Amino acid sequence: MKVLITGVSGKLGRLVAKTLVEKGHRVIGIDQRPWPDAPKGVRVIAADIRKRPAEDVFRTQRPDSVIHMATVTHLTTRMSEERQRINLGGTRSVFEHCHNYGVEHVIFVGRHTYYGAGPDSALYHTEDEPPTGIMTYPELSDLVAADLYAGSALWRYPELKTAVLRMVYTLGPLKHGTFAGFMRGPRVPTVLGYDPLFQFMHEYDVAQAIALAHEARLNGVYNVAGPQPVPLSLAIDVTGRKRVPLPEPLLSTMLGRFGLPDLPKGAISHVKYPIVVDARPFCEATGFVPTYDEIQTMEAFRWS
Amino acid sequence: MNLLIDEDIMERVLRIELPFNRYGMDPYGVSQEHLGVVFSLLGFLYKHYFDVKCYGVENVPARGRAMLVGNHSGGVAVDGAMVLTSMLMESEPPRLAQGMADKFLNRLPGVSQWANRVGQFTGLPEHAARLLEDDRLLMVFPEGARGTAKLYPERNSLVRFGTGFVRLALATKSPIVPFAFIGGGEAIPTIHNSKWLGKLVGAPYVPLTPYLLPLPRPVACQIYYGKPMVFEGDGNEDDDVINDYVAQIQDYIAELIELGLSRRNSLDAPFQLPEAR
Repeated sequence: MKVLITGVSGKLGRLVAKTLVEKGHRVIGIDQRPWPDAPKGVRVIAADIRKRPAEDVFRTQRPDSVIHMATVTHLTTRMSEERQRINLGGTRSVFEHCHNYGVEHVIFVGRHTYYGAGPDSALYHTEDEPPTGIMTYPELSDLVAADLYAGSALWRYPELKTAVLRMVYTLGPLKHGTFAGFMRGPRVPTVLGYDPLFQFMHEYDVAQAIALAHEARLNGVYNVAGPQPVPLSLAIDVTGRKRVPLPEPLLSTMLGRFGLPDLPKGAISHVKYPIVVDARPFCEATGFVPTYDEIQTMEAFRWS
Repeated sequence: MNLLIDEDIMERVLRIELPFNRYGMDPYGVSQEHLGVVFSLLGFLYKHYFDVKCYGVENVPARGRAMLVGNHSGGVAVDGAMVLTSMLMESEPPRLAQGMADKFLNRLPGVSQWANRVGQFTGLPEHAARLLEDDRLLMVFPEGARGTAKLYPERNSLVRFGTGFVRLALATKSPIVPFAFIGGGEAIPTIHNSKWLGKLVGAPYVPLTPYLLPLPRPVACQIYYGKPMVFEGDGNEDDDVINDYVAQIQDYIAELIELGLSRRNSLDAPFQLPEAR
């Protein structure tokens, strides 16, 4: 089968491409960033998903399915117009091309931060919940909008099978993703008096889960998670970092300085309160079972 | 932290039947180590400070889902803490009861962290339903914050019960174990609830006592666990039906309170728990 992956040159995009090639698919990648040593079976085309050349790829290549991974994460980058254009404008273009050029199945790789974190939010979110975190964290809005827009394809283009995946944080040897970025340094800041659960899965398992969603021709909105969540303090200890608990007012002034990661203001609620999702429907629909448990995942991140 | 952990308590904590991982964490972030610290303190209060006596613990199922439902009294939840402790100390195997905490607690630094690590989550319907479906033991005070607001003279009365807990018990097919807690109102004799102070610390109110601070006095307390009550239905019944179930539970708890009060000066005398109707 011919699979088109947008954002293929990212760490996770490459892993998904390799996984699909191993399963016998042909992969076409679109990315502005290069992937010089792309393996056999993967063809990378340099293009911006919002521009004409990307549409030409859809027209000339006629992919059977599309995996849309070209979205920019939020926790470590600040709100910008450019980012909003990529996340929302890019997602719109991808879905329109899918519809116009006869794609059968599209997967939107979204994030579980859709649900937001706050004192009143429940553990183990289910797919039917609205994005309550958006009021306290405007930097999240473009990703939430992209998620909802992707979901609207379910009624807008009923002939196009659409899977919206709300994936938990990734962790592992590639050090890919928001949470890995937050945990990069030797010292990790926490908010004094708060120790939220963090839910993450190994990068390898993320790629497997996306490949399984592709195989199952998944249609609908699904949370994707692997092993159980753990408190931030435990994640910091097991990955060999040092906890730096700071009172909240002090923390907001120290972020981005003294070797601490930089976070937008609203992100503080994500280090105070947990975002944990219930992924049982996804596991039932695809037969996904994580290979790495939470401890192996943290250790893989530590020793790489 | 090990200095704060009592060995006998820790032995019981380790026998709680929950899916703990290699680091002693369950999927909700309940931590064996934190349970050890908290219950070492509460266990001391249970045995030596309040001298809690617990009756009818055999009425609480040893395994599987169930809902403990009882009366609230005393400005801070001494009753809740002692019921949790009784489930650890008296139940065989030890069980972790999980309360439904008032929303403001999760906003307070420190409190948020510790409450979550020992399985006391914000009182959301989603939490309650999920814990029951996971076959856990839920502790519910249907009087809510109205219950802890009782002043000293009202300490053994019951105020209006919420009804959501009955619908939830029906929907999840969970037995309800009614209980009476005697002594909470004496431990913290509230004379006034200060909303103004509450605003200051981020709580609905702060109870004031004759000696000002809401610190519990060393009062002997008793817990009576009644016979489990199981109702027919799926949780979508009319309000009349639900209100009738709630009234039955409320009446039964009132009976248990009466029994408890009549026995306060003769704790060694034999007695029989009333039958649930």
